[in-house]
Amino acid sequence: MSLKGSIKVKDLNFYYGDHQALKNVSMTVEPRQIVAMIGPSGCGKSTLIRVFNRMNDLITSSRVEGEVLVDGVNIYDKNTDVVSLRRKVGMVFQKSTPFPKSIYDNIAYGLRIVGIKDHRILDETVEKSLKRAALWDEVKDHLGKSAMSLSGGQQQRLCIARAIAVDPEIILMDEPCSALDPIATARIEELMGDLKDEYTIVIVTHNMQQAARVSDKTAFLMHGQIIEFTKTTDFFTKPSNKITEDYITGRFG
Amino acid sequence: MKALIHTSFERTRLRRAIWDRAMVYILSLCALGILCILFLIIFHLFIKGVTSLNWDFFTHLPKPVGEKGGGMANAIAGTFTLLGLAVCVGVPIGLGAGVYLSEYADLKFAQTVRFIADVMNGIPSIVYGIFAYIVCVLPMKGFSALSGGFALGIMMIPMISRTSEQFVRMVPGQLREAALALGVPKWRVTVDIVVPAALAGITTGIMVALARVAGETAPLLFTAFGNHYWQHSLTQPIAALPLQVFSYAISPFDDWHRQAWAGAIVLILMVLLINGWAQFYVMSRGRWSAGK
Repeated sequence: MSLKGSIKVKDLNFYYGDHQALKNVSMTVEPRQIVAMIGPSGCGKSTLIRVFNRMNDLITSSRVEGEVLVDGVNIYDKNTDVVSLRRKVGMVFQKSTPFPKSIYDNIAYGLRIVGIKDHRILDETVEKSLKRAALWDEVKDHLGKSAMSLSGGQQQRLCIARAIAVDPEIILMDEPCSALDPIATARIEELMGDLKDEYTIVIVTHNMQQAARVSDKTAFLMHGQIIEFTKTTDFFTKPSNKITEDYITGRFG
Repeated sequence: MKALIHTSFERTRLRRAIWDRAMVYILSLCALGILCILFLIIFHLFIKGVTSLNWDFFTHLPKPVGEKGGGMANAIAGTFTLLGLAVCVGVPIGLGAGVYLSEYADLKFAQTVRFIADVMNGIPSIVYGIFAYIVCVLPMKGFSALSGGFALGIMMIPMISRTSEQFVRMVPGQLREAALALGVPKWRVTVDIVVPAALAGITTGIMVALARVAGETAPLLFTAFGNHYWQHSLTQPIAALPLQVFSYAISPFDDWHRQAWAGAIVLILMVLLINGWAQFYVMSRGRWSAGK
């Protein structure tokens, strides 16, 4: 694979203390694809997405077995630098999380951290990222205003712009629209389609229509296992598994 | 049985209604008591001291015994000096400890330190004075502004540590995760994101601690010691409002008594202003939405 931004999971087992949250998960995410992960609450989809940037490290009782390769390198290797991994694998959360700073500083922060002080580069990146996140036109006249003053949908696009600004290869989205109204949701979905030509996107969603609309491939998880992982068009029209069919037709979950 | 309960219920109806009312009155009287005490203190202070409260009071040195007039300018300046020194000691250590306890320490250690901080908050302030006397005044061979500031500063440490920890803890976990997910090292997340998000609360905590030590007399008795003149050296004894009020109040001169009342008014106004400003600050900034 020549393109950067691939994820390969091999026989992954994940534990919170004694509880096994993921069982023998194996999957491959190709570069510049949108992969949606769906499943009932507690099925492990959020745990799985947080494996990709080692966000679960924050939970002290957690334990990982197996391999997760990002661009062919095992991120659970002892020598992995978590900070640089997270620069490569960005994340957008369920609740928008603007920093208590201005709109400009929210975007510039990730660059300043690595020591970029040149105002021209910062200005340029802020503009480019906000444009990419389809927020520029709404905020360009008050970049100095607190990011807290934006609406929920704008805040979420700001978080996407912030993730893009540090030039990642992969963007993880953990239910990015669950707190947004349909119009804001539509904007984010449209945005994901735009971003696909540059980034690999993995999205966790509770909304099956959303998965069907935005993704190339869909994974269905239950009880910590991947039940089905296939092309989205096939997934929703001719699921090969009875459980998948029951789930997407609304018989449970 | 049913009838018995019913008649008994009817018989006691009036009594229960009376008690219900009475309890409300008793409790509200207690609440009113707080207001009365504060009002009486302020009222009393003004009656006794307002006549000595003039421009001279804020701009002049104390006059020698027998001469009328004079002021407490040096004591007011001294109190600000001491508070400044106290902030230099109390804020870095208190804030640092609070942030460490919230962001890094394991729960057991944090609980232990929190308990110790509570114990420290309960230590009589004169004990802090004795401590500062031993570790500061004795080695320096003399009373000084520095030792006074040190005594007030270490009094502030546990208060500031408690409030900072509490407010830093209130910062939503998602905000930390969002910064970490951006590839920001943990210490930068703490310094750049978490502490600023909690700044309104932290500032309030510092203000409240300041207001509390501003009126302390006991820790200054054998540290700052007091002074009747201007003092520009931090290694020499310095005047402070509470000390001046104390020494004037126990003096046998009427004019000094009036000045002591005036000093008390200034002191209480200072504390009220600091507290009021802190309240206002936190209301206007919200809990963690800094810079709206």
